[in-house]
Amino acid sequence: MNALAWPELLALTGHFMLLSLLAVGGAITTASDMHRYVVAEHGWISDAQFTSSIAIAQAAPGPNVLFVAVIGWNVAGLPGLIATLAGTLMPSTLLVLAVSRWAAQRRESLGVRAFATGMAPLTLGLLLATGWVLAEPFVRAPDQRLGALALIAVTAVTMLKTKTSPIWLVALGAVVGALGGL
Amino acid sequence: MNRPAPRSPGELFLAFNRLALQGFGGVLAVAQIELVERRGWLTREEFVELLSASQVMPGPNVVNLALMLGDRWFGWRGALAALGGLIVVPLGIVMALTLAYDRFSAVPHVAGALRGMGAVAAGLVLVTALKLLGTLRGNRLGPWLCAAVAAATFGAIALARWPLAAVIATLGPLACVLAAWKLRR
Repeated sequence: MNALAWPELLALTGHFMLLSLLAVGGAITTASDMHRYVVAEHGWISDAQFTSSIAIAQAAPGPNVLFVAVIGWNVAGLPGLIATLAGTLMPSTLLVLAVSRWAAQRRESLGVRAFATGMAPLTLGLLLATGWVLAEPFVRAPDQRLGALALIAVTAVTMLKTKTSPIWLVALGAVVGALGGL
Repeated sequence: MNRPAPRSPGELFLAFNRLALQGFGGVLAVAQIELVERRGWLTREEFVELLSASQVMPGPNVVNLALMLGDRWFGWRGALAALGGLIVVPLGIVMALTLAYDRFSAVPHVAGALRGMGAVAAGLVLVTALKLLGTLRGNRLGPWLCAAVAAATFGAIALARWPLAAVIATLGPLACVLAAWKLRR
């Protein structure tokens, strides 16, 4: 952890604010540029710290965007955390609120209806692709394939056929994994 | 129409807190279950519509979805309540894990448990996508165009590994122009 001076903290905030506006598809899409900035250019944290920051946020409950908070913490403690998290959330928040209010007033216009109609299949294709991208590393690793496919199948059947809370399936996955099932 | 809706920003905060805490490896699947199936605040169609808008705007999808929903019901106070519910408690957990990480990262059971949770997270996203495919039935693009757009998107992202922004910038306008043409007729 470094003690950053005010100008450096402001620069860090500014950089994450800029990335926030470029992060179509989630903050993770700009992770490569965050890496360039905090690891390669400034050397504030190591490669391993950067990777584990993302892994921890993905393992914890809640939105994955919290990985930026872990990066900020590793860079400069609490001030760093505030710089990266506020920088990431603020610009996109203001933009989203402005645009959604604008669109709400034009719900019946051809443009807004065409957007909702045209984007629906694209959104669902994207969701399927996300599921595939998450599953693929397990399917490609021969020693994990069987366990992972079994877990995915159990998850699918349970969620389609029952009203079980997904938290139980996540717990099942953790137990099976801890016992060496994949 | 007498559909259930949150009564206060506080209820919104608790709802988003609850779904965030159930969401391992991404919150989207749980958001669909909580907001659509459990609480009935949204129809599947409305959920897909919000998700579409969340996806094309910068920022994390689930955060954008929370902001738009909160704003729809209670203005900026609702937006802040939903966002707070989504991140405040999870942030505490992530930071606690960060502090504990150095001590436990070498234990093989921990790494195994993370893999198991990852596989379930993948399954949850796939199931959500399957459930929501039914919302395309009423889509004015028609079944063939819907299937073509969804398949092209899937192929570009999952198989060709194009960057998301490029996919949205090319397929997005194309799909919207087709939709406008169909809606006009």
